[in-house]
Amino acid sequence: MNAIDSYITPDGRTIGAPVMEMKNITLRFGGVVAIKDISFDIREGEIRAIIGPNGAGKSSMLNVMNGFYHPQEGEVHFRGEKRGPMRPHQIAHQGIARTFQNIALFKGMSTLDNIMTGRLTHMKTGMFSQIKWWGAAQREEVENRELVEKIIDFLEIQTIRKTPVGRLPYGLQKRVELGRALAAEPKLLLLDEPMAGMNVEEKEDMSRFILDVNDEFGTTIALIEHDMGVVMDIADRVVVMDYGKKIGDGTPEEVRTNQDVIDAYLGVAHD
Amino acid sequence: MIYREAGDFKTSYAKDQQTFPIAFDRWGYFITLAFAFLVVPFIINDYWINAVVLPFLIYAIAAIGLNILTGYCGQVSLGSGGFMAVGAYAAYKLMTGFPDLNIVFVIFLSGGITALVGMLFGLPSLRIKGFYLAVATLAAQFFLVWLFNKVPWFYNYSASGQISAPERSIFGYAVTGANALPAVSYLFCLCFVVILAWAARNLTRGANGRKWMAIRDMDIAAEIIGVNPLKTKLTAFGVSSFYIGIAGAMLFAVYLGAAEVGEAFGISKSFLILFMVIIGGLGSIFGSFAGAAFMVLMPVLLKNVMVGQLGWPTDLAAHFEFVIVGGLIVLFLIVEPHGLAQLWRLAKEKLRLWPFPH
Repeated sequence: MNAIDSYITPDGRTIGAPVMEMKNITLRFGGVVAIKDISFDIREGEIRAIIGPNGAGKSSMLNVMNGFYHPQEGEVHFRGEKRGPMRPHQIAHQGIARTFQNIALFKGMSTLDNIMTGRLTHMKTGMFSQIKWWGAAQREEVENRELVEKIIDFLEIQTIRKTPVGRLPYGLQKRVELGRALAAEPKLLLLDEPMAGMNVEEKEDMSRFILDVNDEFGTTIALIEHDMGVVMDIADRVVVMDYGKKIGDGTPEEVRTNQDVIDAYLGVAHD
Repeated sequence: MIYREAGDFKTSYAKDQQTFPIAFDRWGYFITLAFAFLVVPFIINDYWINAVVLPFLIYAIAAIGLNILTGYCGQVSLGSGGFMAVGAYAAYKLMTGFPDLNIVFVIFLSGGITALVGMLFGLPSLRIKGFYLAVATLAAQFFLVWLFNKVPWFYNYSASGQISAPERSIFGYAVTGANALPAVSYLFCLCFVVILAWAARNLTRGANGRKWMAIRDMDIAAEIIGVNPLKTKLTAFGVSSFYIGIAGAMLFAVYLGAAEVGEAFGISKSFLILFMVIIGGLGSIFGSFAGAAFMVLMPVLLKNVMVGQLGWPTDLAAHFEFVIVGGLIVLFLIVEPHGLAQLWRLAKEKLRLWPFPH
């Protein structure tokens, strides 16, 4: 698959060149090998899923992608360039946003303020114009507010705009967190179990949002998900991990029929 | 029925973001300001200015400063007294070293020097959090007081080890020194308070404030969305110390006139300001004023009641004052842990619906 420059999905979208390439990544915590020699790529405009049983190293993989963990071996290439040692906040400025498995919102702030924090990488006025407020700072605030309001409309959370997020139910918090990541207008969006702990309706809503984000904004998405039905429906390509190793990579159809994957999920005697 | 936002529609995002979105509040604020500037200077006397108004204004600045650091950015500090001392000694050295320098510049420069010192002591905050950071700032408190005691250069080698403010004036009116008129000192402090509170509000309502609050609420998530933790924490330490330094400079130059570091800027000052912030409400500019008012007014009020009304001996009243103020602090924290600002917010919520509760 790496040999070709682009491919066309069954529903007719053209998937472009790789946005992110992971090359022979190995990550160890002391003696424990969390990720062992994994390579794969994420291409422009696609929805890429990472699946695998618990403890397979999926979240660690996401943490490597956004610079939380630094792999001992291997290279991360983002938009054609090899990434040096960087702090997570620098990587955010490069255009990678993410959500967390267990929600990481700013509980004391309103929905609006939470999503506005997503715009921080785009807000440039200095401290002195902030103090003055009138002029540059206010103009920037209003411009960014307009974009954030579009996201609020898109996610259908207008009514909770000024509610502190700590008071919101779980499903809505997940949505606000997606909104905060979207507000950064990321080139690559990482979603860590966006549907964990949701009921069927909420999962349907969230799947629709993910597909719409990909469709309307053309955002490249990498997501971790446990719900096989959802993954098979929305992902263009799937990476399967087990015990820190990659055991499958390809379209949902290919992965579904891969014997290693079936073994990992249904269980065979490891020896 | 009077207090509500019905009919007060916002037609732009700029309007929606204003400080007092409800017209009634906005008018209340302007009337208070007009009263403070145009009426108070003519009715104020020596007793009120020294017992209540000046300390309230000056501590309000310090409380806003600590609130920026602790309430908005979530970094606990017990070093406020030490930072106030930096402001006071900076003001003293500037006033005696450069006699021609205008007092306004002296105060702002003292704030700037304190900001630098504050950022220096804020450096450990990248590595340590919570109680451990509190202990590190406590070390700053003790170190700074010790420094100003031990190095005679700071108090110009005076025999008593005290610093005393020379007379400085603006537009021909003395602001510091023995000849300062109460109304002039009052207006001088009021101008600083209004400008600094306005600046603090602007700093906390926009992108800058959101960075601080993001670090406060969840630093890992803040870093993921692109907030540089070191830079953000250091700006919080810098801005906070700037305010606290100005408060220290004004406490020394305008209010006290003369000061000895251990007595005026000891650990009890740090706690006093921390209490103001906690009682007033963390993360609220209004709360800083409410907390300062509570901590300044309550002892005066109690003393007047106990000595003036009940006729108790002053020493007994002084002891009871501690007991009652301490008890009230505990009571307040149990009844409303989010402080006076939250009580005010709840009262406004109730008032909006009055007289129909649903």
